Amino acid sequence: MDNFLQQVINGISLGSIYALIALGYTMVYGIIKLINFAHCDVYMLGAYIGYFCMTSLKLGVFPSLVIAMLACTIIGVLIEKIAYKPLRNATRIAVLITAIGVSLFIEYGTMRFVTANVRAYPPMTGWLAERFKIGNMTITAQQILIVASTIVLVALLQFIVKKTKMGKAMRAVSLDKDAAELMGINVNSTISFTFALGSALAGAAGVLVGIYYNSIDPLMGVIPGLKAFVAAVFGGIGIIPGAMIGGYFIGTVEVFVSGYGNSLYKDAVVFAILIIILIVKPAGLLGKNTKEKV
Amino acid sequence: MAILTVKDLTKSFGGLTAVSKVNLELQQGELVGLIGPNGAGKTTAFNLLTGVYEPTAGKITLTKNGVPKEIQGLKPYTVCKDGLARTFQNIRLFKDLTVLDNVRIAMNQNVKYGLMSSFLHLPSYAKAEKELEKKSIELLKIFHLEGKKDEMAKNLPYGEQRHLEIVRALATEPSVLLLDEPAAGMNPAETAQLTELIQSIREQFNLTILLIEHDMSLVMKICERIYVLDYGQIIANGTPEEIKTNKRVIEAYLGEEVDNA
Amino acid sequence: MKNIFKHKTLQKFISILITYAAIQGLITVGIIDDYWQATLATICINIILAVSLNLITGFTGQFSLGHAGFMSIGAYVCAIITISNPTTVGFIGGIIAGAIAAALIGALVGLPTLRLRGDYLAIATLGMAEIIKIIFLNLEITNGAAGLQGIPQFVNWTWMFVFTVGTVVIIANFLKSSHGRACISIREDEIAAESMGVNTTKYKVISFTMGAFFAGIAGGIYASYFYFLKPDLFGFLKSVDVLVIVVLGGLGSISGSIIAAVLLAIISTFLQSFSEVRMIIYALLLIVLMLFRPQGLMGSKEISLSVFKKIGLKSKRGKEEV
Repeated sequence: MDNFLQQVINGISLGSIYALIALGYTMVYGIIKLINFAHCDVYMLGAYIGYFCMTSLKLGVFPSLVIAMLACTIIGVLIEKIAYKPLRNATRIAVLITAIGVSLFIEYGTMRFVTANVRAYPPMTGWLAERFKIGNMTITAQQILIVASTIVLVALLQFIVKKTKMGKAMRAVSLDKDAAELMGINVNSTISFTFALGSALAGAAGVLVGIYYNSIDPLMGVIPGLKAFVAAVFGGIGIIPGAMIGGYFIGTVEVFVSGYGNSLYKDAVVFAILIIILIVKPAGLLGKNTKEKV
Repeated sequence: MAILTVKDLTKSFGGLTAVSKVNLELQQGELVGLIGPNGAGKTTAFNLLTGVYEPTAGKITLTKNGVPKEIQGLKPYTVCKDGLARTFQNIRLFKDLTVLDNVRIAMNQNVKYGLMSSFLHLPSYAKAEKELEKKSIELLKIFHLEGKKDEMAKNLPYGEQRHLEIVRALATEPSVLLLDEPAAGMNPAETAQLTELIQSIREQFNLTILLIEHDMSLVMKICERIYVLDYGQIIANGTPEEIKTNKRVIEAYLGEEVDNA
Repeated sequence: MKNIFKHKTLQKFISILITYAAIQGLITVGIIDDYWQATLATICINIILAVSLNLITGFTGQFSLGHAGFMSIGAYVCAIITISNPTTVGFIGGIIAGAIAAALIGALVGLPTLRLRGDYLAIATLGMAEIIKIIFLNLEITNGAAGLQGIPQFVNWTWMFVFTVGTVVIIANFLKSSHGRACISIREDEIAAESMGVNTTKYKVISFTMGAFFAGIAGGIYASYFYFLKPDLFGFLKSVDVLVIVVLGGLGSISGSIIAAVLLAIISTFLQSFSEVRMIIYALLLIVLMLFRPQGLMGSKEISLSVFKKIGLKSKRGKEEV
């Protein structure tokens, strides 16, 4: 039983990371119908920026987190402006191929600068190194940090999307881009804003993963990125609460497969879930089926 | 003999009922019009008949060689095989393919050679392909498109694209042809020419035709019977003369004000 | 008419033979050394992969990111069979068994997933390839992450040539048939195709299965030529490699795929020791192509003798008008 609860705790921590990344995928897909392959690399860049803030600049965890989020916001917006915006009217395959190109470019470009070697995050000190024991279970301060940051960020996101003017514009553009434009909404800046929000969350996820797993490398985004996308699809792509549910579900499943089954198969199980969802309910848990107008 | 019978056909999209309890009956060889204001559900009805949408309720019976068959909810390609072909309101040709290929693709279901023959171009391939091309060109000749068989469909002028849509539908060897606004965007001379063509293909191919059209001159001239659809429901059914004087139809088209004036 | 057709086929046949003989000659004389022979093998394998992926993505319009998965099935099956039966018969049997195994998995995966729209299918196929990779990583018969070594080498230039030309001819022939046109109509307009009597599901599965079959052949050749396999060779990056070739050559152009396969194999040979730089170049190539020439080198056009004739005719006509 204790072991079970321990796995749940680990699953929620990992799920928080997936949820943060999945939110970026889901918002971008919701607004421009693009699987932004480069999103997972923004997450990786976030981890590196946090790393350099903590090591070279000797900053604390929170300033590093904020700087990484800000830097990723800028990177995300730049990616959209340079690579995706000129293709606004191109075929979806063309944009998807571009996204793959941007993703590879960031991965191997980063590799040129920081080498392919794995780097270790600086060890946490002070309260962040604490461990709390409840019976036989252990909760680390880092896990609390991850879950708490996720909750705060998602609450903030929910506020922006539901209560602000920009959030309203985002929802309008994702429903009908042309109609939104006719109503005087600046579609381009709304899309940029969406990329900014998603990238900031990815940047945060990157730093948190660095703290949690202690190691980062230029290709660290690929697999978590795919899993986060699976999470977004699971919850219903384009739906913010769906991405959260999906993230926690995938995180928990992965931890349980490692804990009780064979950890070598943990990735395979996630992809199998993806294929099953796509077959059984392609619109995801919270999504509605739509059909093309003829 | 009724060749196409539609009973209580209904389609709802979420809370919106686009087509509600529609009843239609087409006799063998008839040319029937389906008219109604914009958004009345005409194209949705076509999509239901051809299997693009699955109906929420209702029955569609198509008679082929004297045998009635229920076709509601079947896949579009099965419906097509059963003898129901259509054109599209918003022209859906295979744009980047040649005119000839557009027609040949529609003949795909009757192709007489297997995969192996297509891999190795065996004699059965050569024979069948030759026949296919001959048949396609014959069809294209009806609309005087045979000279443009190697042009890309997207490079044809608008009127000819509409013609090609009809040729492509004919290539599936239908017994019932559904035409969705075939004269949309055409000038009066082109419309008059199209009117003649529709009548001549009906005789030549022994077709039953159901036609959606906004151009009343065309509808009134060639349709033997007309159904009027408004807000998803059939509000009138009769000969052109009857429809022209039907009070509900006039209301539907011109709104209530006429009545009050 | 028929005479001209026969004449054309003959011309093609002769030019194919000349290509074969010329390269065989260069190998015999030693101008193409072992180093360049490896490039030659890469070219052949990439042509097979690219043409078969083009069938799925360029012609049928189904975006697949899992081609490396099918390739790996062909490679492992062929390797395991040739290791246990190291004869030419074993090799041919292995390569065909591998291709059939890849085709079966392709059909199995394709049947349910091909209902999905473009980008969803891309992710599903990517997931499938990852699953295949993970299975190979964990099986005993494939020797897990360490991989298989010392696979008997049976592939030589003749075999590579036969398989490459065979693949290209069969796929090109298929595309010129009624069945092939049905596949292309799906790319053009799925709803219209279905309304014109094309069983779109059936043809998507046929195209996907054929693509998987030939990817399996490419895998078999790879296993036999490079005599070393490990699951990591067949990851997402390999699928992207193939995609780059297809996109550069032009979605929907077989000759484009062939030209791009040759071009990129030569570039990669020069960049072999700079794998990061190679990937950066590939990435930039994808982005720049999509921004400035999304149709690739060839668009959906094919190079053939008739193209040259047409150009000739046009210039003649132009002169007459002047």
